[in-house]
Amino acid sequence: MAEAIDWREGVIRATRDLTPRVRLIEIEPKGDFVQPSPGSHINVSVMIRGRADVRSYSIVGPCSDGIYRIAVKLLADTRGGSAYMWSLVPGSRLTHSAPANHFGLALGRPDYLLLAGGIGVTPIFSHALALAEAGARFRVVYACRSRGDLALAHELEASVGERLDIVLTEEGRRVDIAAAIARLDPQGEFYVCGPIGMLEAAKRCWGASGRPADRLRFETFGSSGQFPSVPFTVRIPRLGKEIVVPANQSMLEALEASGVEMIFDCLRGECGLCALPILKADGPVDHRDVFLSEAEKAQNAKLCTCVSRVCGGAISVDTADR
Amino acid sequence: MASGKTFPLNAWYPAAWSHEIQPALAARTICGKDIVLYRRSDGGVAALEDACWHRLLPLSMGRLAGDQVVCGYHGLVYNSSGRCTHMPAQKTINPSACVRAYPVTERHRLIWVWPGDPALADPAALPDFHWNDGAEWKGEGGTFYGLKCDYRLVIDNLMDLTHETYVHSDSIGHDAILDTPFEVTHTDRSATMTRWMVDIEPPPFWGRQLGKPGRVDRWQIVTFQAPAVVVGDVGVAPTGTGAPEGDRSKGVNGAFLAAIAPESETSCHYFWNFVRTFRTEDAELTRDLQRAHVNNGRGVYDQDHAVLEAQQRAIDRNPRSPFYNLNIDAGALWARRMIDRMLAREEEKSAPDRAAE
Repeated sequence: MAEAIDWREGVIRATRDLTPRVRLIEIEPKGDFVQPSPGSHINVSVMIRGRADVRSYSIVGPCSDGIYRIAVKLLADTRGGSAYMWSLVPGSRLTHSAPANHFGLALGRPDYLLLAGGIGVTPIFSHALALAEAGARFRVVYACRSRGDLALAHELEASVGERLDIVLTEEGRRVDIAAAIARLDPQGEFYVCGPIGMLEAAKRCWGASGRPADRLRFETFGSSGQFPSVPFTVRIPRLGKEIVVPANQSMLEALEASGVEMIFDCLRGECGLCALPILKADGPVDHRDVFLSEAEKAQNAKLCTCVSRVCGGAISVDTADR
Repeated sequence: MASGKTFPLNAWYPAAWSHEIQPALAARTICGKDIVLYRRSDGGVAALEDACWHRLLPLSMGRLAGDQVVCGYHGLVYNSSGRCTHMPAQKTINPSACVRAYPVTERHRLIWVWPGDPALADPAALPDFHWNDGAEWKGEGGTFYGLKCDYRLVIDNLMDLTHETYVHSDSIGHDAILDTPFEVTHTDRSATMTRWMVDIEPPPFWGRQLGKPGRVDRWQIVTFQAPAVVVGDVGVAPTGTGAPEGDRSKGVNGAFLAAIAPESETSCHYFWNFVRTFRTEDAELTRDLQRAHVNNGRGVYDQDHAVLEAQQRAIDRNPRSPFYNLNIDAGALWARRMIDRMLAREEEKSAPDRAAE
């Protein structure tokens, strides 16, 4: 059951590049402004090759001036939503939704660990500011490849000071998630937003620590995998079809475009509705969802077609057609 | 106030008596929010959005398993923070799956919930309702759940006791109420109506409580705490014993207590009690006083109940600006001013601060 989106009109007020690949976009709503809670996102309507599509972006900061701010990373090998967002200039119109929240912050816990990977910093930034405002005890770990990739780091540091730990791969550092969890109060909560590899590692470490699963909160954007996005071929013996999925399209989109009827809902690898049985895979299956468990992913019996891919070669799947 | 909203959300509202919340699911609607309440095994109270994330079935139709709620439709399980801990037929849990958890506090024998922004829920903002603790003041009250009127009509009713003369003429009404001047004062969160009727014949109810013949000094000191609590310090003492000067020792002192929660714009839950400091160990008097207030339509509050609901029906049918005001309405108008101020603050907070740029 998809949420009905309450579309509104907005105008781009300003843009600012936070890094060579991350752009802060300010959206001035033309109608009423809805105050976002920390961790909220807005949906935006994007045009990709002449077709309207929807993307979700986390809101950056509390937006107390009535302007929605999002940070968009330009992703070259993906479906084209970010390229559209980067084409916007001050004065451009943008259709967007009111804020909604799938990654809400629960206040009142004795301690918090926030972990951001790359562009996953956007909701974590809002969480950190809210926790600082509430006077909560917390730590933020922000992992990035290089200093040049850091977005919002100065703003974050200004608000949370020494509670921020920046971990850069180029400096030979890696996030020690297990150690960070060990430092967290036993009643504390762990919030993670980052690429799927980081998320899986966080889940594994959290599970190993014996802490209750409901105190690990995470949000994914379904666009990151263990492997780069490359074209691959989908074979459906039942339908006698062979479909090529380009690097910039999801498997689900390619199937639908070829007339394969699918059901789906979340489009970010959470609900599992679009999962199809795998009959055979030539290349490694890049599971980018959070619906299947690690054990299920290892079995390779199914994949979530909205986000997951195959790294080269071909995959044979079955569909629900009878 | 431009919004037309009738109640602020950022406030503590009563949702239940403490004894009503057991390790079992209890549904309440507060400020238009459907909430399911239950007592956890650690004695605390949980207040969750009463709609399953999946298909919106009220969770109150499900069951409690330990400290967790199991939806009665497909078995999704939520912990007392509102987080889903089990989904049927899958190994993982959708990270988006949760229901809202409302801030909740238990004090003064009531369960209070905060329907607004949880970040603003401040226990220091709980109204003072200590008369209801059962310690110094004794009494057993009740609740009119789903009273069919705007909660502000109840506040109007309690802040202006001239109505006693007409609505409760057989018990506490008295012409002296009409003839005696009153004073209304306020702070930034409260409004107080004070009326001293010196040297009068006691009304029937108070004459019986005092149990002495002769004329009395009667007081009504009614204090509103924004947005929805009213406490009325009331009583009589024999004239000449110094009550107006501060010595009430020869008299009898009671307090009517009202904590109100809007259910919708036009209905509310009215938690009431009448407590006293005289004959506090007299259980029969406690029962009698409770019955005197609510008794199958014959109690004092039953009389108010009928008036309030009829008034709301009339307002619904006459969509003109509903009221004209009299000087007796000063207390009620100060109370409404404070509610409006809370509403304006709330609006300001959610509205963008463009002026700051």
